[in-house]
Amino acid sequence: MDQTLKDHLVAFLLRQGDNTLVLGHRTSEWCGTAPALEEDIALANTALDLIGQTQLWLGYAAEVEGTGRTANDLAFRRDAYDFKNLLMLEVPNEDFGRTILRQFFFDAFQVPWLDALQGSTDERVAGIAAKSLKEALYHLDRSSETVIALGDGTEVSNSRMQAALDYLWPYTGEMFADDATDAAMSGAGIAPLPSTLHTGWRGKVAEVMTSATLTTPDSTFSHKGGRTGTRHTEHLGHMLATMQVLQRSHPGAAW
Amino acid sequence: MYAQMIKSEATEDDPEKLAAFQARIDAGEKIEPKDWMPEGYRKTLIRQIGQHAHSEIVGQLPEGNWITRAPTLERKANLLAKVQDEAGHGLYLYCAAETLGVSRDDLTEQLLSGRMKYSSIFNYPTLTWADMGAVGWLVDGAAIMNQVPLQRTSYGPYARAMVRICKEESFHQRQGFHIMMAMVNGTPEQKRMAQDALNRFWYPALMMFGPSDKDSVHSAQSMKWRIKMNTNDELRQKFVDETAPQAAYLGLTIPDEALTLNEDTGHYDFTQPDWSEFHDVLADNGPCNVERMSARQKAWDDGAWVRDAMVAHAEKKRARKVAAE
Ligand SMILES: [Fe+2]
Ligand SMILES: [Fe+2]
Repeated sequence: MDQTLKDHLVAFLLRQGDNTLVLGHRTSEWCGTAPALEEDIALANTALDLIGQTQLWLGYAAEVEGTGRTANDLAFRRDAYDFKNLLMLEVPNEDFGRTILRQFFFDAFQVPWLDALQGSTDERVAGIAAKSLKEALYHLDRSSETVIALGDGTEVSNSRMQAALDYLWPYTGEMFADDATDAAMSGAGIAPLPSTLHTGWRGKVAEVMTSATLTTPDSTFSHKGGRTGTRHTEHLGHMLATMQVLQRSHPGAAW
Repeated sequence: MYAQMIKSEATEDDPEKLAAFQARIDAGEKIEPKDWMPEGYRKTLIRQIGQHAHSEIVGQLPEGNWITRAPTLERKANLLAKVQDEAGHGLYLYCAAETLGVSRDDLTEQLLSGRMKYSSIFNYPTLTWADMGAVGWLVDGAAIMNQVPLQRTSYGPYARAMVRICKEESFHQRQGFHIMMAMVNGTPEQKRMAQDALNRFWYPALMMFGPSDKDSVHSAQSMKWRIKMNTNDELRQKFVDETAPQAAYLGLTIPDEALTLNEDTGHYDFTQPDWSEFHDVLADNGPCNVERMSARQKAWDDGAWVRDAMVAHAEKKRARKVAAE
């Protein structure tokens, strides 16, 4: 593999791992404070799945990079501008409505995405995708059901979900914004272009939003800068300050 | 243990029924939800199981305090799995309590209004990562002492919940011990954190068993009903006997100069915790009582719209189904 393609592959793997790490971290912030005990269990379970997927993606990223860094080094010793997660995943939880709607938007992308990655020319990518897909399918079932229930439930819950939708919508477009890394992955048969999933994703979203009696904004504007690392939100720095505190304050210590 | 100072409720039942009930318990039979039971037995069990369930729920908070700061992906995953287990324990126990005719919402209201308690241990703060080790090793360890015998308790649903819970608790304890191992084998700062965690959690862990109850009427009644299997002192002794060699293995010093193996009894002699501190914690004056309850209250209040919406959606779905038929 030539160096350019290898660099793109590392960037691609970091995107996968940073997405699951950052969303897993946000989800774990709910510990012990969810609206009901069943939700506490489900959120912890989702976070656990996502952190498990992170270990696989970042572990492979570290191997391909080949400089002796580990998955933990990548998670706990990089600065915000080296993170390649979607902006949507780093914004604060705000309330249960935003948390679960974000999860749904992500799951509705991940399911077809991981499904396609199962056919990757890179066997390791295909293997991680196959394992993650089982979890993502379960997450999607749960998040879509919950979004429908909360949209349909009461006037209060409907307006909370609509507020979450209006807030998150401008962050969804970034999932489908192809760049040079995506082109390189697509060229090598490692991954499809994310833009090719957009129509299917919109269909799934429309179906769930209709059942949830929620109105998707007309705007096609989209914030960018997360998956390229060029301009994260102010929130990521705070998340990393918390997440990385032990590794940063005790360099070299084993835990 | 997660149920402390449970007062057994007085019973005024038909003496013949009572005698037959006691005979079933003495014969080792399990009492099931539909069986006749004395009112005191039912009420005492509700208090005990409810307090245990609340402890599982509130117990997520001191660990949640470190989930976002877990130092590696493996540790983060382990801790997430543990708090997920604890929430599951809460769920089994609330279900067991429901078989006695009290709803989960009702028990939650009683917790939030201060009429029901949770274990004193969860009113202590978790200040460093080593506390995640100490909590698993000592707190889950102490809980196991009490819960293993409760697998044989007389009330069927409670005994069965305990069987499932105990398997996971011993895993939690090992996980906590491994965190401590990594810390004592680590940098000088990590060793200091480990010793500091033991210093802070040792006596609160001993308090988990509750004050001596060998002369308590309530405990005698509960033991007769087989909803309490050992005295508090027996369990505390067992805990000290098992934990002291583990601390030595870790190279940590238990903060008790009087702790010695008594060659005559084969048990460790040790210093009792400061029981006035225990009573302060029970009277809501522990280091974290206010924080823990306000966190639970906030979660309950913030989640109300979600719970209401879930109920409303289920109703609408049912109505739509009926209309379609
Ligand atoms: Fe537990
Ligand atoms: Fe536990």
